[in-house]
Amino acid sequence: MIASETASTTQRTHRAGTGRAWWSALLAALGMLVSYTATAVVLPEDRTDLLYHHYDGGGVTVKGPAMLVRKSAGDNVSISGRYYVDTISSASIDVVTTASPYKDKREEFGVGIDYLHGNSLVQASMSSSKENDYLADTLSLNVSHDLFGGLTTLNLGFSQGQDTVQRVDTSFEEDINRYNFRMGATQVLSKSLLLGVAYEGISEEGYLSNPYRSARVLGATLPEQYPGTRDSQAVAVRLVKGFSSDQQPVISSVRADYRYFRDNWGIRSNTLKVALQRYFGSRVLGEARYRYYQQSAATFYSDNFASEMTYMARDKELSTFHSHSLGAKVTWYFLDRKYLFLDRMSLNFSHDYVNFDYQDFTDVRTGELYSFGANILQLYISAWY
Amino acid sequence: MTRTHLTSALLCAIALLAGCAGVKSYEREMLADPIMSFSRDTLSDQYLEHVYEVREGARGATTTQGGGCGCN
Repeated sequence: MIASETASTTQRTHRAGTGRAWWSALLAALGMLVSYTATAVVLPEDRTDLLYHHYDGGGVTVKGPAMLVRKSAGDNVSISGRYYVDTISSASIDVVTTASPYKDKREEFGVGIDYLHGNSLVQASMSSSKENDYLADTLSLNVSHDLFGGLTTLNLGFSQGQDTVQRVDTSFEEDINRYNFRMGATQVLSKSLLLGVAYEGISEEGYLSNPYRSARVLGATLPEQYPGTRDSQAVAVRLVKGFSSDQQPVISSVRADYRYFRDNWGIRSNTLKVALQRYFGSRVLGEARYRYYQQSAATFYSDNFASEMTYMARDKELSTFHSHSLGAKVTWYFLDRKYLFLDRMSLNFSHDYVNFDYQDFTDVRTGELYSFGANILQLYISAWY
Repeated sequence: MTRTHLTSALLCAIALLAGCAGVKSYEREMLADPIMSFSRDTLSDQYLEHVYEVREGARGATTTQGGGCGCN
């Protein structure tokens, strides 16, 4: 079992390591800045997306609208606003085996500002999420900088979040503090090949359990108990390769993405994504994608504990499992010329099917290992202006 | 190898790659196309990452950055 002292020591070691890495990154970046001149980065496009999403799987239905609006103000500033709703109807295996089905609604608001200064783009944003038993506020700051004539872009980012965990119809209330450190780079390797690398470290402290979920001990149920801290690191490498034809300078692309994740709860995971995008004429863009995910269990996870432990979890998200996801997206640019204040508009539809297979989480109703499939649908309209 | 060494090696590798790339501005037409982006539809990709994040133990280093999610 993980002891809190071990977790705390790991956290201190992680923070010291993070500090050295940041100094090293900063010095190397400054060295490169002195040696090369660069061209300017640009502000994000003025664009609005209106989206409707629908998830259905494992007894859970989540649906709702989402909107993202972005507009520049002058040559150096862009402002964005985001609104997102999850309307949840849950009769998941956790719920039907230990409680009653429930309905909930989560709303998220976000605002952001981008400031372009020379070859650097500074992005500041905040978001606030609210549901009847969970509140979350996040502040983020990101800095991007172009180097080598725009061939390399370096990114550094930091976020701080505070969540409030509640339990309905009780006075229960606990906090979580979260710190995200991000760094990454995008590199032009050739006129048709892009490479991206990213690192993100996340430190959390506070009430990381779920106040509703129970662990099983020799078949009996007891409240879950998690460590009070969690530190994780994720590293990703991604590539995009473009292809042309005699008729079109760009006709298709292949995107590949791999991520390795580890945390001090003992979870190790691998994520692999591959996507193929292709134009069909000048107005239709199709995408086919596949995603594989695999993880090992947290050290304090058990399907059924043999005795009561300090830390106990029976959250299937902390168990050993893998998933396969297959999806397709179609984009139709139904307006591809200037009309009033609009430059372009598209209608998009995507459908992903994902199947989760759990290796050490049983359905207590049947005694069989649990698995389920889910459909993820998105319909959205995008406008550029 | 410590993380410090890894970070330095990464940045040196980027500097080396940049020196080798030599792609002129007028040769970047393909790179500017939406299908060459790691995330061409931010809102859609944020939603999809959120769907996976609440059902998996891993998080971070994705192509999008979402807000608070109420994930536990």
